[in-house]
Amino acid sequence: MKKEMISSKVRDIPPSGIRKFFDIVNEIKDAISLGVGEPDFDTPWHVREEGIYTLEKGKTIYTSNSGLIELRQEISTYLSRRFNITYNPKDQILVTVGASEAIDLALRAILNPGDEVLIPEPSYVSYKPCTIMAGGVPVTITTKAEDEFRLTPKQLESHITDKTKALILPYPNNPTGAIMEKEDLEKIAQILKDRDILVISDEIYAELTYGKQHVSIASLPYMYDNTLVINGFSKAYAMTGWRMGYAAGPKELISAMTKIHQYAIMCAPTTSQYAGIEALRNGDLDVAKMRDSFNYRRRIMVNGFRKMGMDCFEPLGAFYVFPSIKKLGMSSEEFCTKLLYEQKVAVVPGTAFGESGEGFIRCSYAYSIENIKEALKRIEKFIKQYK
Amino acid sequence: MREEILEILEKNSKLNAEDIAIMLNIPKEEVEKEIEQMEKEQIICGYNTLINWEKTNKDLVTALIEVKVTPQRGEGFDKIAERIYRFDEVKAVYLMSGGFDLTVIIEGKTMKEVALFVAQKLAPLEAVLSTATHFVLKKYKDHGISFELSDKDERMVISP
Repeated sequence: MKKEMISSKVRDIPPSGIRKFFDIVNEIKDAISLGVGEPDFDTPWHVREEGIYTLEKGKTIYTSNSGLIELRQEISTYLSRRFNITYNPKDQILVTVGASEAIDLALRAILNPGDEVLIPEPSYVSYKPCTIMAGGVPVTITTKAEDEFRLTPKQLESHITDKTKALILPYPNNPTGAIMEKEDLEKIAQILKDRDILVISDEIYAELTYGKQHVSIASLPYMYDNTLVINGFSKAYAMTGWRMGYAAGPKELISAMTKIHQYAIMCAPTTSQYAGIEALRNGDLDVAKMRDSFNYRRRIMVNGFRKMGMDCFEPLGAFYVFPSIKKLGMSSEEFCTKLLYEQKVAVVPGTAFGESGEGFIRCSYAYSIENIKEALKRIEKFIKQYK
Repeated sequence: MREEILEILEKNSKLNAEDIAIMLNIPKEEVEKEIEQMEKEQIICGYNTLINWEKTNKDLVTALIEVKVTPQRGEGFDKIAERIYRFDEVKAVYLMSGGFDLTVIIEGKTMKEVALFVAQKLAPLEAVLSTATHFVLKKYKDHGISFELSDKDERMVISP
């Protein structure tokens, strides 16, 4: 087939930096990895068991487009008890195929050609391409290590134009592990409150914060009506493969998103939806246990990097550490490639999450302590050699 | 803090005081002190290794024995339990509610060896009224760890 058959919009989107690095890593046998973006736990057995049970019962038919009403009720209860935000399960919640689908739907539902979307970076890989594919213009805001990778009001204000339609708020953040605390959000809210800018708050890591409880920007006064909360089951319940996410927000927006969802997707997988109900009803203890376990490993990794003299800000969310490698005078990609070939450790170059990730590497601590310690040992050896 | 230390050690006794100190964000000396103290108080009673002997060449059979006994005046079940748990062959003894009194777990090289122990040492004890021996054919899971499931990491090495 001629490549012109593919739309120029899609052709012009560069391949993901992660994908490129993935191909290199696959050449190296027995590399140990700190490269994943998913928990190392299996989905709690009671949740899987519920999925199996519903399969046995033959619950294998479509659900309503928005998702099972019981599930939406559980999501509503959960958001209210955990984050103090209230949504009507009937028309303010949409169950999606992973949080990723919700991001895509939201952007497609709001953007007209030329509308600008503010995207703090470094951040998850899909915001930019999804914005472009929806006809919008991504405007990146570079967050800085000295601000602990939080979005500052000054930065936000200086990027707002007449065309700004939405702000993506990706906290707790992948890849930096940064969080936004209540005071930070309040400052952002001050700037947004009299403007018609939708906040797309990607809170997929909301359950994984350490020492500070996650605050949703939707819980602040003035913000509820202009915020779409996106969350899901992947990180909190170790359910990445189930593809279960959801969006909660103003009913006009949810209705528009449901329109796209019903034509493109129909409904999220039924088995996964039933499993999701079980997770929300009886999964609190699992989440707490996993959070503790991540926290232990987070401390081991941060401590390890600091001990070897690397600048490493303390991440308070997600399961990544984002140390600076600027001292070594190599680009992120060069560092990661050399580290892989010489010490057989795979970490992800910060540039996979935007140009502003240059000078950083993303290391995931969703691994056993033994694996983390061995990887740190090898990284230390590598650094000593090049310092 | 004690409970946190214990929970960490219960899952992985290979971790040293330094690791635990980092994990809990407290000074190493404090962890060392607590562990030593808990050893003294016999809260920490030992550091075992969980082994799946079936994968080795060693012959080993395990039996679970239901024992009915007559409790003794003033001693209850403790005295007879002690007479049983002092045998080296006995790996565990639990006082039970329900249809029998003691669960006794015995390990031996062969079924015959275990059966002889029951017949010659356990059953003849004066307070023992009856025994029922059940041999373990296969261990699927022990101490919270599955012997069957692979812990191979099947995740993609790099993902966003």
